[in-house]
Amino acid sequence: MSPKWRLWLIAGLAILVGAAAIYLPTLRRQVKRTAKIVQQTEEQARRELTQAVTGNANGPRVKAKLFWAAGQDETKLTPVTVELPLSDDPILRSKQVLNTLLAGPVDTDLRTLPPDAALLEFYLLPDGTGIADFSEVLGTSIPSGIESEQLAIDSITRTLEANVPRVQRLKILIHGQEMDTLAGHLDLTGTFVVATKPAVAPAKPAKAS
Amino acid sequence: MLLGMRCKLSWRGVREGGAGQAAISLFALPFLTTAALGFVWRANSAPAQGAAAQTTAAIAATRASNTGLTAATPRSAGLNIVVLDPAHGGADYGARGAEGVRESEVVLEFAGQLRRGLESQGFQVVQTRLGNENPSFDDRSAIANAQQGAVFVSLHIASTGLPGTARVYVNSDLPTGPDPTGLIPWDRAQGPFLSLSKKLGDLVQAQLTQRFRGSPDVAQRAAVRQLRTTAAPAIAVELSSVIVENRNDLDRMAPGVAEAVARGVAAFRPTYVVAGTAGAQP
Repeated sequence: MSPKWRLWLIAGLAILVGAAAIYLPTLRRQVKRTAKIVQQTEEQARRELTQAVTGNANGPRVKAKLFWAAGQDETKLTPVTVELPLSDDPILRSKQVLNTLLAGPVDTDLRTLPPDAALLEFYLLPDGTGIADFSEVLGTSIPSGIESEQLAIDSITRTLEANVPRVQRLKILIHGQEMDTLAGHLDLTGTFVVATKPAVAPAKPAKAS
Repeated sequence: MLLGMRCKLSWRGVREGGAGQAAISLFALPFLTTAALGFVWRANSAPAQGAAAQTTAAIAATRASNTGLTAATPRSAGLNIVVLDPAHGGADYGARGAEGVRESEVVLEFAGQLRRGLESQGFQVVQTRLGNENPSFDDRSAIANAQQGAVFVSLHIASTGLPGTARVYVNSDLPTGPDPTGLIPWDRAQGPFLSLSKKLGDLVQAQLTQRFRGSPDVAQRAAVRQLRTTAAPAIAVELSSVIVENRNDLDRMAPGVAEAVARGVAAFRPTYVVAGTAGAQP
Protein backbone atom coordinates (compact mmCIF):
# COMPACT_ATOMS: atom_id res chain seq x y z
CA MET A 1 0.00 0.00 0.00
CA SER A 2 1.36 3.33 -1.05
CA PRO A 3 1.90 6.02 1.61
CA LYS A 4 -0.83 8.10 -0.04
CA TRP A 5 -3.48 5.37 0.43
CA ARG A 6 -2.29 4.67 3.91
CA LEU A 7 -2.80 8.35 4.73
CA TRP A 8 -6.34 8.25 3.27
CA LEU A 9 -7.12 5.12 5.26
CA ILE A 10 -5.92 6.62 8.53
CA ALA A 11 -7.83 9.83 7.84
CA GLY A 12 -10.99 7.83 7.08
CA LEU A 13 -10.67 5.80 10.27
CA ALA A 14 -10.07 8.94 12.30
CA ILE A 15 -13.25 10.48 10.88
CA LEU A 16 -15.20 7.32 11.73
CA VAL A 17 -13.90 7.28 15.32
CA GLY A 18 -14.73 10.96 15.71
CA ALA A 19 -18.25 10.44 14.39
CA ALA A 20 -18.77 7.48 16.71
CA ALA A 21 -17.54 9.47 19.70
CA ILE A 22 -20.11 12.15 18.94
CA TYR A 23 -22.97 9.79 18.12
CA LEU A 24 -22.63 7.16 20.85
CA PRO A 25 -23.52 9.37 23.85
CA THR A 26 -26.57 10.63 21.94
CA LEU A 27 -27.58 7.06 21.15
CA ARG A 28 -27.19 6.04 24.80
CA ARG A 29 -29.38 8.94 25.93
CA GLN A 30 -32.03 7.95 23.40
CA VAL A 31 -32.02 4.32 24.57
CA LYS A 32 -32.36 5.40 28.20
CA ARG A 33 -35.21 7.77 27.38
CA THR A 34 -37.05 5.12 25.37
CA ALA A 35 -36.68 2.56 28.18
CA LYS A 36 -38.07 5.06 30.68
CA ILE A 37 -41.05 5.86 28.47
CA VAL A 38 -41.83 2.15 28.01
CA GLN A 39 -41.65 1.56 31.78
CA GLN A 40 -43.95 4.46 32.57
CA THR A 41 -46.37 3.40 29.89
CA GLU A 42 -46.61 -0.12 31.32
CA GLU A 43 -47.21 1.20 34.81
CA GLN A 44 -49.78 3.71 33.59
CA ALA A 45 -51.56 1.10 31.49
CA ARG A 46 -51.75 -1.22 34.48
CA ARG A 47 -53.12 1.53 36.65
CA GLU A 48 -55.67 2.60 34.05
CA LEU A 49 -56.74 -0.99 33.56
CA THR A 50 -57.33 -1.61 37.26
CA GLN A 51 -59.05 1.74 37.75
CA ALA A 52 -61.34 1.09 34.81
CA VAL A 53 -62.36 -2.31 36.10
CA THR A 54 -63.09 -1.11 39.59
CA GLY A 55 -64.73 2.16 38.75
CA ASN A 56 -68.44 2.36 39.45
CA ALA A 57 -69.14 6.03 39.02
CA ASN A 58 -72.88 5.62 38.77
CA GLY A 59 -73.31 3.60 41.96
CA PRO A 60 -74.53 5.10 45.21
CA ARG A 61 -71.76 6.88 47.10
CA VAL A 62 -70.98 5.52 50.53
CA LYS A 63 -68.58 6.62 53.20
CA ALA A 64 -65.35 4.65 53.02
CA LYS A 65 -62.79 4.77 55.80
CA LEU A 66 -59.18 4.90 54.62
CA PHE A 67 -56.13 4.77 56.86
CA TRP A 68 -53.38 7.26 56.12
CA ALA A 69 -50.42 8.33 58.23
CA ALA A 70 -51.29 10.70 61.03
CA GLY A 71 -49.93 14.16 60.30
CA GLN A 72 -48.39 14.89 63.70
CA ASP A 73 -47.05 11.44 64.33
CA GLU A 74 -45.98 9.70 61.16
CA THR A 75 -45.64 6.42 62.99
CA LYS A 76 -49.39 6.17 63.55
CA LEU A 77 -52.39 5.84 61.28
CA THR A 78 -55.48 7.96 61.24
CA PRO A 79 -58.84 7.15 59.62
CA VAL A 80 -60.05 9.48 56.89
CA THR A 81 -63.59 9.26 55.55
CA VAL A 82 -63.98 9.51 51.80
CA GLU A 83 -67.21 9.20 49.81
CA LEU A 84 -66.86 6.56 47.12
CA PRO A 85 -69.26 4.72 44.82
CA LEU A 86 -68.42 1.35 46.39
CA SER A 87 -69.55 -1.92 44.86
CA ASP A 88 -71.37 -4.57 46.89
CA ASP A 89 -69.10 -7.23 45.47
CA PRO A 90 -66.28 -7.76 48.01
CA ILE A 91 -63.61 -8.21 45.35
CA LEU A 92 -64.54 -5.06 43.45
CA ARG A 93 -64.99 -3.22 46.71
CA SER A 94 -61.53 -4.28 47.87
CA LYS A 95 -60.03 -3.08 44.61
CA GLN A 96 -61.82 0.24 44.91
CA VAL A 97 -60.67 1.01 48.44
CA LEU A 98 -57.11 -0.18 47.82
CA ASN A 99 -56.83 1.84 44.61
CA THR A 100 -58.09 4.90 46.46
CA LEU A 101 -55.57 4.23 49.22
CA LEU A 102 -52.80 3.93 46.62
CA ALA A 103 -53.91 7.12 44.91
CA GLY A 104 -53.33 8.57 48.34
CA PRO A 105 -53.81 11.92 50.01
CA VAL A 106 -52.72 15.17 48.39
CA ASP A 107 -50.29 15.75 51.24
CA THR A 108 -47.41 13.39 50.50
CA ASP A 109 -46.41 13.30 54.19
CA LEU A 110 -49.60 11.39 54.90
CA ARG A 111 -48.87 8.68 52.35
CA THR A 112 -48.15 5.17 53.57
CA LEU A 113 -47.68 3.63 50.12
CA PRO A 114 -45.49 4.71 47.20
CA PRO A 115 -47.41 6.92 44.75
CA ASP A 116 -46.48 4.88 41.69
CA ALA A 117 -47.40 1.48 43.14
CA ALA A 118 -50.39 -0.25 41.57
CA LEU A 119 -52.79 -2.98 42.62
CA LEU A 120 -52.59 -5.52 39.81
CA GLU A 121 -55.28 -7.92 41.01
CA PHE A 122 -57.30 -8.87 44.04
CA TYR A 123 -58.68 -12.32 44.79
CA LEU A 124 -60.89 -13.54 47.60
CA LEU A 125 -60.87 -17.16 48.72
CA PRO A 126 -63.98 -18.75 50.24
CA ASP A 127 -62.34 -18.86 53.69
CA GLY A 128 -62.05 -15.07 53.74
CA THR A 129 -58.42 -14.86 52.68
CA GLY A 130 -57.86 -11.91 50.39
CA ILE A 131 -54.91 -11.97 48.03
CA ALA A 132 -53.66 -8.60 46.88
CA ASP A 133 -51.18 -8.57 44.03
CA PHE A 134 -49.22 -5.32 43.86
CA SER A 135 -46.69 -4.05 41.34
CA GLU A 136 -42.99 -4.31 42.15
CA VAL A 137 -42.86 -0.63 42.99
CA LEU A 138 -44.53 -1.36 46.31
CA GLY A 139 -41.41 -3.21 47.45
CA THR A 140 -38.79 -1.08 45.75
CA SER A 141 -40.10 2.41 46.53
CA ILE A 142 -41.27 2.02 50.09
CA PRO A 143 -38.89 3.51 52.69
CA SER A 144 -36.83 0.66 54.13
CA GLY A 145 -37.41 -0.12 57.79
CA ILE A 146 -39.58 -2.15 60.14
CA GLU A 147 -41.64 0.89 61.13
CA SER A 148 -42.39 2.16 57.62
CA GLU A 149 -43.11 -1.30 56.23
CA GLN A 150 -45.41 -2.14 59.14
CA LEU A 151 -47.22 1.16 58.65
CA ALA A 152 -47.81 0.35 54.98
CA ILE A 153 -49.18 -3.09 55.80
CA ASP A 154 -51.33 -1.71 58.62
CA SER A 155 -52.85 0.93 56.35
CA ILE A 156 -53.83 -1.76 53.84
CA THR A 157 -55.24 -4.23 56.38
CA ARG A 158 -57.10 -1.63 58.42
CA THR A 159 -58.60 -0.07 55.29
CA LEU A 160 -59.84 -3.50 54.22
CA GLU A 161 -61.13 -4.25 57.72
CA ALA A 162 -63.12 -1.01 57.78
CA ASN A 163 -64.68 -1.42 54.36
CA VAL A 164 -64.77 -5.08 53.33
CA PRO A 165 -65.96 -7.29 56.20
CA ARG A 166 -65.64 -10.45 54.11
CA VAL A 167 -61.85 -10.19 54.10
CA GLN A 168 -60.54 -11.89 57.22
CA ARG A 169 -56.85 -12.08 56.42
CA LEU A 170 -54.61 -10.83 53.67
CA LYS A 171 -51.85 -12.35 51.61
CA ILE A 172 -49.66 -9.92 49.70
CA LEU A 173 -48.02 -10.85 46.42
CA ILE A 174 -45.61 -8.73 44.44
CA HIS A 175 -46.13 -9.02 40.70
CA GLY A 176 -47.79 -12.40 41.16
CA GLN A 177 -44.97 -13.82 43.28
CA GLU A 178 -44.66 -14.58 46.97
CA MET A 179 -41.80 -12.49 48.31
CA ASP A 180 -39.76 -13.08 51.47
CA THR A 181 -40.12 -9.50 52.64
CA LEU A 182 -41.72 -6.24 51.59
CA ALA A 183 -38.55 -4.10 51.58
CA GLY A 184 -36.10 -6.17 53.59
CA HIS A 185 -37.91 -6.44 56.92
CA LEU A 186 -41.63 -7.26 56.95
CA ASP A 187 -42.44 -10.89 56.36
CA LEU A 188 -44.66 -11.50 53.32
CA THR A 189 -44.60 -15.29 53.44
CA GLY A 190 -47.61 -15.52 55.72
CA THR A 191 -50.95 -13.78 55.93
CA PHE A 192 -51.83 -10.64 57.85
CA VAL A 193 -54.85 -10.55 60.11
CA VAL A 194 -57.46 -8.16 58.73
CA ALA A 195 -60.50 -8.80 60.88
CA THR A 196 -60.18 -9.89 64.47
CA LYS A 197 -63.85 -10.81 64.55
CA PRO A 198 -65.14 -13.48 62.17
CA ALA A 199 -67.42 -12.24 59.43
CA VAL A 200 -71.11 -12.65 60.17
CA ALA A 201 -72.63 -15.14 57.78
CA PRO A 202 -75.67 -13.85 55.91
CA ALA A 203 -78.87 -14.88 57.68
CA LYS A 204 -80.58 -17.86 56.14
CA PRO A 205 -84.14 -17.23 55.04
CA ALA A 206 -86.64 -18.87 57.37
CA LYS A 207 -88.18 -22.03 56.02
CA ALA A 208 -91.81 -21.70 55.09
CA SER A 209 -93.86 -24.00 57.26
CA MET B 1 -10.05 -24.29 61.89
CA LEU B 2 -13.14 -26.34 61.61
CA LEU B 3 -11.61 -29.00 59.50
CA GLY B 4 -11.44 -32.21 61.38
CA MET B 5 -13.13 -30.82 64.43
CA ARG B 6 -15.41 -33.28 66.07
CA CYS B 7 -18.80 -31.90 66.83
CA LYS B 8 -21.53 -33.43 68.82
CA LEU B 9 -24.94 -33.09 67.34
CA SER B 10 -27.71 -33.21 69.81
CA TRP B 11 -31.17 -33.67 68.35
CA ARG B 12 -33.84 -33.64 70.98
CA GLY B 13 -37.32 -34.59 70.43
CA VAL B 14 -37.17 -37.28 67.87
CA ARG B 15 -38.77 -39.56 70.36
CA GLU B 16 -41.33 -39.05 73.08
CA GLY B 17 -40.05 -37.99 76.51
CA GLY B 18 -36.78 -36.65 75.33
CA ALA B 19 -34.98 -39.96 75.63
CA GLY B 20 -34.04 -39.93 72.05
CA GLN B 21 -30.93 -37.90 72.08
CA ALA B 22 -28.82 -38.89 69.23
CA ALA B 23 -25.15 -38.25 69.26
CA ILE B 24 -23.73 -38.02 65.85
CA SER B 25 -20.13 -37.44 65.22
CA LEU B 26 -19.60 -35.00 62.44
CA PHE B 27 -16.48 -34.00 60.76
CA ALA B 28 -16.24 -30.60 59.17
CA LEU B 29 -19.55 -29.62 57.77
CA PRO B 30 -18.91 -26.34 56.05
CA PHE B 31 -21.02 -27.34 53.09
CA LEU B 32 -24.13 -28.15 54.99
CA THR B 33 -26.85 -25.64 54.49
CA THR B 34 -29.80 -24.85 56.62
CA ALA B 35 -32.23 -25.92 53.97
CA ALA B 36 -30.51 -29.23 53.44
CA LEU B 37 -30.84 -30.04 57.08
CA GLY B 38 -34.48 -28.92 57.19
CA PHE B 39 -34.33 -29.52 60.85
CA VAL B 40 -37.16 -29.49 63.25
CA TRP B 41 -37.25 -30.11 66.91
CA ARG B 42 -39.79 -31.21 69.40
CA ALA B 43 -42.52 -28.91 70.48
CA ASN B 44 -41.90 -29.56 74.13
CA SER B 45 -38.38 -28.28 73.92
CA ALA B 46 -39.95 -24.84 74.08
CA PRO B 47 -39.18 -22.57 76.99
CA ALA B 48 -42.80 -22.76 78.08
CA GLN B 49 -41.79 -26.14 79.40
CA GLY B 50 -38.49 -24.92 80.61
CA ALA B 51 -36.28 -25.82 77.75
CA ALA B 52 -34.59 -23.82 75.09
CA ALA B 53 -34.48 -25.63 71.82
CA GLN B 54 -31.26 -27.48 71.29
CA THR B 55 -30.66 -27.26 67.65
CA THR B 56 -28.43 -28.93 65.21
CA ALA B 57 -24.92 -28.27 66.23
CA ALA B 58 -23.92 -29.02 62.72
CA ILE B 59 -25.07 -25.57 61.78
CA ALA B 60 -23.21 -24.15 64.72
CA ALA B 61 -20.11 -25.86 63.53
CA THR B 62 -20.64 -24.56 60.04
CA ARG B 63 -20.95 -21.02 61.27
CA ALA B 64 -18.48 -21.24 64.09
CA SER B 65 -15.58 -20.01 62.05
CA ASN B 66 -17.51 -16.83 61.31
CA THR B 67 -18.50 -16.08 64.83
CA GLY B 68 -15.58 -17.24 66.88
CA LEU B 69 -17.68 -19.67 68.90
CA THR B 70 -17.38 -23.41 68.60
CA ALA B 71 -20.27 -25.77 69.02
CA ALA B 72 -18.39 -27.62 71.70
CA THR B 73 -17.77 -24.55 73.85
CA PRO B 74 -18.65 -25.59 77.40
CA ARG B 75 -21.19 -23.28 79.00
CA SER B 76 -22.98 -23.10 82.25
CA ALA B 77 -26.75 -23.38 82.21
CA GLY B 78 -28.88 -20.28 81.84
CA LEU B 79 -28.63 -17.25 79.63
CA ASN B 80 -25.01 -16.92 78.60
CA ILE B 81 -24.95 -15.93 74.99
CA VAL B 82 -26.22 -12.95 73.07
CA VAL B 83 -26.37 -13.33 69.33
CA LEU B 84 -25.99 -9.90 67.75
CA ASP B 85 -27.31 -9.48 64.25
CA PRO B 86 -26.19 -6.38 62.36
CA ALA B 87 -28.86 -6.40 59.65
CA HIS B 88 -28.24 -6.32 55.90
CA GLY B 89 -24.66 -6.26 54.53
CA GLY B 90 -22.94 -6.96 51.24
CA ALA B 91 -24.86 -5.48 48.32
CA ASP B 92 -27.86 -4.94 50.58
CA TYR B 93 -27.21 -1.59 52.23
CA GLY B 94 -30.59 -1.45 53.93
CA ALA B 95 -31.91 2.06 54.51
CA ARG B 96 -29.90 4.83 52.92
CA GLY B 97 -29.80 8.47 53.85
CA ALA B 98 -29.28 11.45 51.59
CA GLU B 99 -25.94 12.10 53.28
CA GLY B 100 -24.67 8.69 52.29
CA VAL B 101 -25.44 6.99 55.58
CA ARG B 102 -25.90 3.27 55.02
CA GLU B 103 -27.80 1.14 57.50
CA SER B 104 -25.59 -1.91 56.92
CA GLU B 105 -22.44 0.01 57.89
CA VAL B 106 -23.87 1.83 60.88
CA VAL B 107 -25.35 -1.30 62.47
CA LEU B 108 -22.03 -3.12 62.13
CA GLU B 109 -20.30 -0.34 64.04
CA PHE B 110 -23.08 -0.29 66.64
CA ALA B 111 -22.70 -4.05 67.04
CA GLY B 112 -19.04 -3.56 67.97
CA GLN B 113 -19.95 -1.14 70.78
CA LEU B 114 -22.84 -3.30 71.90
CA ARG B 115 -20.58 -6.30 72.00
CA ARG B 116 -18.27 -4.60 74.46
CA GLY B 117 -21.24 -3.54 76.60
CA LEU B 118 -22.58 -7.07 76.74
CA GLU B 119 -19.21 -8.64 77.43
CA SER B 120 -18.77 -6.29 80.35
CA GLN B 121 -22.01 -7.77 81.73
CA GLY B 122 -20.51 -11.24 81.46
CA PHE B 123 -22.19 -12.39 78.29
CA GLN B 124 -20.56 -14.28 75.49
CA VAL B 125 -21.34 -12.51 72.23
CA VAL B 126 -21.75 -14.11 68.82
CA GLN B 127 -22.25 -11.98 65.71
CA THR B 128 -24.09 -13.10 62.61
CA ARG B 129 -21.63 -11.08 60.56
CA LEU B 130 -18.32 -9.45 61.37
CA GLY B 131 -17.72 -7.78 58.04
CA ASN B 132 -19.54 -6.65 54.96
CA GLU B 133 -21.11 -9.98 54.10
CA ASN B 134 -24.83 -10.67 53.91
CA PRO B 135 -25.87 -14.02 55.37
CA SER B 136 -29.41 -15.11 54.55
CA PHE B 137 -32.20 -14.76 57.09
CA ASP B 138 -32.05 -18.50 57.73
CA ASP B 139 -28.27 -18.52 58.11
CA ARG B 140 -28.52 -15.78 60.73
CA SER B 141 -31.25 -17.65 62.59
CA ALA B 142 -29.21 -20.84 62.37
CA ILE B 143 -26.40 -19.22 64.31
CA ALA B 144 -28.79 -18.36 67.14
CA ASN B 145 -30.60 -21.69 66.97
CA ALA B 146 -27.36 -23.55 67.40
CA GLN B 147 -26.69 -21.97 70.80
CA GLN B 148 -28.10 -23.07 74.09
CA GLY B 149 -29.23 -20.37 76.48
CA ALA B 150 -29.01 -17.53 73.99
CA VAL B 151 -31.02 -14.47 73.07
CA PHE B 152 -31.08 -12.85 69.65
CA VAL B 153 -30.83 -9.11 69.03
CA SER B 154 -31.17 -7.80 65.49
CA LEU B 155 -29.95 -4.22 64.90
CA HIS B 156 -31.58 -1.86 62.40
CA ILE B 157 -31.62 1.82 61.44
CA ALA B 158 -34.91 3.05 59.99
CA SER B 159 -35.40 5.52 57.19
CA THR B 160 -38.39 7.05 58.98
CA GLY B 161 -39.38 8.03 62.50
CA LEU B 162 -38.45 10.74 64.93
CA PRO B 163 -34.64 11.11 64.83
CA GLY B 164 -32.98 10.07 68.05
CA THR B 165 -35.60 7.53 69.06
CA ALA B 166 -35.35 3.74 69.35
CA ARG B 167 -38.00 1.06 69.06
CA VAL B 168 -37.93 -2.61 69.97
CA TYR B 169 -39.95 -5.11 67.94
CA VAL B 170 -40.96 -8.64 68.71
CA ASN B 171 -42.54 -10.99 66.23
CA SER B 172 -46.29 -10.85 65.82
CA ASP B 173 -48.28 -13.88 66.80
CA LEU B 174 -47.46 -17.05 64.95
CA PRO B 175 -49.57 -20.18 64.73
CA THR B 176 -48.24 -22.37 67.52
CA GLY B 177 -50.75 -25.19 67.47
CA PRO B 178 -49.38 -28.68 67.87
CA ASP B 179 -48.02 -30.12 64.69
CA PRO B 180 -49.24 -33.65 63.87
CA THR B 181 -45.65 -34.82 64.11
CA GLY B 182 -45.07 -33.12 67.45
CA LEU B 183 -42.28 -31.08 65.87
CA ILE B 184 -41.92 -27.37 65.42
CA PRO B 185 -41.29 -26.39 61.83
CA TRP B 186 -38.30 -24.19 61.14
CA ASP B 187 -40.43 -21.45 59.65
CA ARG B 188 -42.37 -21.02 62.90
CA ALA B 189 -39.45 -21.49 65.26
CA GLN B 190 -40.16 -18.22 67.10
CA GLY B 191 -43.68 -19.33 68.03
CA PRO B 192 -42.94 -20.93 71.43
CA PHE B 193 -40.63 -18.06 72.41
CA LEU B 194 -43.02 -15.19 71.77
CA SER B 195 -43.89 -14.46 75.39
CA LEU B 196 -40.22 -14.54 76.43
CA SER B 197 -39.34 -12.32 73.49
CA LYS B 198 -41.99 -9.83 74.59
CA LYS B 199 -40.58 -9.83 78.12
CA LEU B 200 -37.05 -9.24 76.82
CA GLY B 201 -38.34 -6.60 74.40
CA ASP B 202 -40.15 -4.67 77.11
CA LEU B 203 -37.07 -4.70 79.35
CA VAL B 204 -34.80 -3.42 76.59
CA GLN B 205 -37.39 -0.88 75.42
CA ALA B 206 -37.72 0.50 78.96
CA GLN B 207 -33.96 1.05 79.08
CA LEU B 208 -33.94 2.70 75.65
CA THR B 209 -36.87 4.98 76.53
CA GLN B 210 -34.95 6.25 79.56
CA ARG B 211 -32.14 7.33 77.26
CA PHE B 212 -33.97 8.36 74.11
CA ARG B 213 -36.99 10.60 74.66
CA GLY B 214 -39.92 10.04 72.37
CA SER B 215 -39.34 6.30 72.13
CA PRO B 216 -42.30 4.03 72.91
CA ASP B 217 -42.80 2.64 76.40
CA VAL B 218 -43.14 -0.99 75.43
CA ALA B 219 -41.95 -3.27 72.68
CA GLN B 220 -44.16 -3.43 69.60
CA ARG B 221 -45.23 -6.41 67.54
CA ALA B 222 -44.41 -6.68 63.85
CA ALA B 223 -44.00 -9.51 61.36
CA VAL B 224 -40.22 -9.18 61.23
CA ARG B 225 -38.91 -11.85 58.89
CA GLN B 226 -35.60 -12.27 60.71
CA LEU B 227 -37.25 -13.10 64.01
CA ARG B 228 -39.70 -15.72 62.71
CA THR B 229 -37.14 -18.50 62.25
CA THR B 230 -35.23 -17.83 65.44
CA ALA B 231 -35.69 -20.39 68.21
CA ALA B 232 -34.71 -18.14 71.11
CA PRO B 233 -36.03 -15.01 72.75
CA ALA B 234 -35.55 -12.58 69.87
CA ILE B 235 -35.95 -8.85 69.39
CA ALA B 236 -35.21 -6.29 66.70
CA VAL B 237 -33.95 -2.88 67.78
CA GLU B 238 -34.57 -0.11 65.25
CA LEU B 239 -33.15 3.39 65.59
CA SER B 240 -34.31 6.51 63.78
CA SER B 241 -32.97 7.29 61.36
CA VAL B 242 -30.62 7.34 58.38
CA ILE B 243 -32.25 10.63 57.38
CA VAL B 244 -30.01 12.63 59.70
CA GLU B 245 -28.16 15.67 58.45
CA ASN B 246 -25.05 14.66 60.30
CA ARG B 247 -23.86 11.10 60.73
CA ASN B 248 -22.51 12.07 64.16
CA ASP B 249 -26.11 12.39 65.38
CA LEU B 250 -26.49 8.65 64.87
CA ASP B 251 -23.07 7.81 66.22
CA ARG B 252 -23.89 9.65 69.42
CA MET B 253 -26.69 7.16 70.04
CA ALA B 254 -24.36 4.15 70.02
CA PRO B 255 -23.15 4.24 73.67
CA GLY B 256 -26.70 4.72 74.95
CA VAL B 257 -28.03 1.90 72.80
CA ALA B 258 -25.20 -0.39 73.90
CA GLU B 259 -25.81 0.35 77.57
CA ALA B 260 -29.58 0.03 77.26
CA VAL B 261 -29.48 -3.31 75.47
CA ALA B 262 -26.84 -4.71 77.80
CA ARG B 263 -28.84 -3.72 80.89
CA GLY B 264 -32.09 -4.97 79.39
CA VAL B 265 -30.60 -8.36 78.57
CA ALA B 266 -28.98 -8.54 82.02
CA ALA B 267 -32.36 -7.82 83.63
CA PHE B 268 -33.90 -10.57 81.53
CA ARG B 269 -31.28 -13.14 82.53
CA PRO B 270 -32.96 -14.42 85.74
CA THR B 271 -36.25 -15.07 83.95
CA TYR B 272 -34.72 -17.28 81.29
CA VAL B 273 -33.82 -20.67 82.68
CA VAL B 274 -32.69 -23.43 80.41
CA ALA B 275 -34.08 -26.92 80.94
CA GLY B 276 -32.19 -29.39 82.99
CA THR B 277 -30.86 -26.84 85.42
CA ALA B 278 -31.73 -26.68 89.05
CA GLY B 279 -34.69 -24.42 89.55
CA ALA B 280 -35.76 -24.57 85.93
CA GLN B 281 -39.08 -22.93 85.44
CA PRO B 282 -41.89 -25.00 84.05
